[in-house]
Amino acid sequence: MQLFDGNELKKVAEIKAKYPESKAALLPVLWMVQEKQGWISQEAMQYVGDLLGIPNEHILGVVTFYTMFNNKPKGKYHLQICTNVSCMLRGGYELFNFVSDKLGIKNNEITDDGMFTIEEVECLGSCGTSPMMQVNNKDYYENLTTEKVENIINNFKTGHEN
Amino acid sequence: MANTKVIVGLGSCGIAAGAGKVYDELLRIREADNLDFELKKTSCIGMCFKEPLVEIIDDTGSYLYGEVDIKKADEILEKHIQNFSPIKEYIVKSDKYESVYKNYFDGQVKITLRNCGNINPESIDDYEESGGYEAIKKIGNERISANEIIKTILDSGLRGRGGGGFPTGLKWKFANNNRSKDKYIICNADEGDPGAFMDRSVLEGDPHSELEGMIIGAYSIGATEGVIYCRAEYPLAIKRLNIAIIQARERGYLGKDILGIEGFDFDLYIKEGAGAFVCGEETALIASVEGERGMPRKRPPFPAVSGLWRKPTNINNVETFANIPWIIVNGALAYAKYGTEKSKGTKVFALTGKIKNGGLVEVPMGITIKDIIYKLGGGIIGDKKFKAVQLGGPSGGCIPEYLSHTIVDYDSVNATGAIMGSGGMVVMDETTCMVDMARFFLEFTCKESCGKCTYCRVGTKRMLEILTRITQGEGKDGDIEKLEELAYQIKDGSLCGLGQTAPNPVLTTIKYFRDEYEAHIRDKKCPSVYCKKLLTYEIIEEKCTGCMVCKRGCPTKAITGEKKVPHIIHQELCIQCGDCYSKCKFDSIKVF
Repeated sequence: MQLFDGNELKKVAEIKAKYPESKAALLPVLWMVQEKQGWISQEAMQYVGDLLGIPNEHILGVVTFYTMFNNKPKGKYHLQICTNVSCMLRGGYELFNFVSDKLGIKNNEITDDGMFTIEEVECLGSCGTSPMMQVNNKDYYENLTTEKVENIINNFKTGHEN
Repeated sequence: MANTKVIVGLGSCGIAAGAGKVYDELLRIREADNLDFELKKTSCIGMCFKEPLVEIIDDTGSYLYGEVDIKKADEILEKHIQNFSPIKEYIVKSDKYESVYKNYFDGQVKITLRNCGNINPESIDDYEESGGYEAIKKIGNERISANEIIKTILDSGLRGRGGGGFPTGLKWKFANNNRSKDKYIICNADEGDPGAFMDRSVLEGDPHSELEGMIIGAYSIGATEGVIYCRAEYPLAIKRLNIAIIQARERGYLGKDILGIEGFDFDLYIKEGAGAFVCGEETALIASVEGERGMPRKRPPFPAVSGLWRKPTNINNVETFANIPWIIVNGALAYAKYGTEKSKGTKVFALTGKIKNGGLVEVPMGITIKDIIYKLGGGIIGDKKFKAVQLGGPSGGCIPEYLSHTIVDYDSVNATGAIMGSGGMVVMDETTCMVDMARFFLEFTCKESCGKCTYCRVGTKRMLEILTRITQGEGKDGDIEKLEELAYQIKDGSLCGLGQTAPNPVLTTIKYFRDEYEAHIRDKKCPSVYCKKLLTYEIIEEKCTGCMVCKRGCPTKAITGEKKVPHIIHQELCIQCGDCYSKCKFDSIKVF
């Protein structure tokens, strides 16, 4: 498996050069893999292990320890709904259950068309405007209601901007 | 008006509320109508509950508009900018009018958040114009020694804002005493406490103050390299930090012989986490930077002696670093003027949960919790009864309403059984079940336990099982005592802060709300009418019209009755799903 191209390999070399031990490059390089592929497969772990000279079991340990590393494919839109305390107090679970019912998938599952994954996540620090959802580790949607979230999902489905 | 500035708040909260679109609209109209004003970006001012916020500063004063959508933006441009007529009803703060949010602003003293919501976080010029990098210039110009800085920080009384409350000056002194050639300084930006988001706001709103604080710290302890360990859940913070680092290098604030001080070489980089609450613990954080799973290790040796790559390492929190430049410029006394005898200065609190004004506030230490909740926070949503506030997240505890006169300082808060933590204040009202709240926090710590210590890994699970049983109506006599016994075992048998504090939410809820536990266990009732399995649904005969909506929707056919005749719920069949309650249009179902 040749996962990275020349530029990416150059970036890996730069990351490695920052640290006295190449193991420290593991998290950033795994992030690169996930950004490129959307998730981190067994083959990718092996590739990273060879690249950095790290045993595979260590990489598997790291990937499964950190909750943001995906060891399964995700949908095009990864809906991360916070159900931690501030969101819970303002309807985070109701929101999660609503989306789960609407899309017909459970936590960490993917819809048949590959469009959506929902995930119940821990606090993302937008507690003052809860309940909230983050999409693809990037965009925050806050002060949500079931109507608002339905609208957001419909826009994703139809390719409209949110 | 040539001198008019229009400033849009583009923190995460602002963007989520649509501030990006508002900014684009303002830009579009300015170009289309050839209007003469300067359009600027800033970050969150703390008023998350009124986002998107747009401030207009002109020759007559400053006007902060709240909840600005595209339509309002057009209206503001037309009336305020073109016709010089501010729209009073949209204004949340102004030096011209008395604001309904007067208490929210007047109660605050902004030191940590001094620049948040005022400058463009992506502009080093903005930071310098507002007094940024003055502290390190002062150090360079006046040749202030590391020891003098440490003394200033000690005299200021600043204590670690990450939750530990250890005197920052003392920490630096220990690190400075170490003669090792290589030392590291780390900024702990792994803000994971549920309900706390002040670090995110500082990083998004004023990243240069963070860098400046770290540079001063590095100079004081003799560190050559710095790491900002930031949780990956904060993409905007990471983006803005990266921009700030590049700008600081260009201006010579990072690099070699900084400020012409020979031999003062320092640079830093960001290390992103990947989602693990435990990485906020310092030894777990170091393991994570090194590329390991984030598992804490035994101390001693403390990181100050052997930390990152076995070199002496000093770790401070985001909020702590943000205060440093201000203290150097304004002096220790100016900082120590605020606060109480043992807790000096100001503290940022995140107001969340059942509170009207959800957002950030920065207050002098020593004000009461009640004042924060009612004066600054505006009180409880729907004016319901205030029950308790959780301070310190899952490591902290609840403080009941009758202790809300408690002042915020490290010692007073600790005395209640809660902790200051990083400053998350999760407000709960009469509808919040405290047993379920304890169960919730245990579920969190159980999930987030790294698994190294048996007591933390298995003990939290056992506690969670008992709490789950209680909330499902299967509590037994002796459960409370068993919870307490387990709690102390977990506290004693865990290596790191996560396990040592995990039982706190249970212990404090038992201490202050024992009657709720007893009601669940003995009477099989939830006094807050929250725990589903313990609810009873009944039809109020006088109100029921016999419309049959509830009967048709009931999944267990527990409701019987003829059309236009009051229905009956058969309790032995009811599964407490609440479907009838939510569907009844005549409020004829009561729940208790």
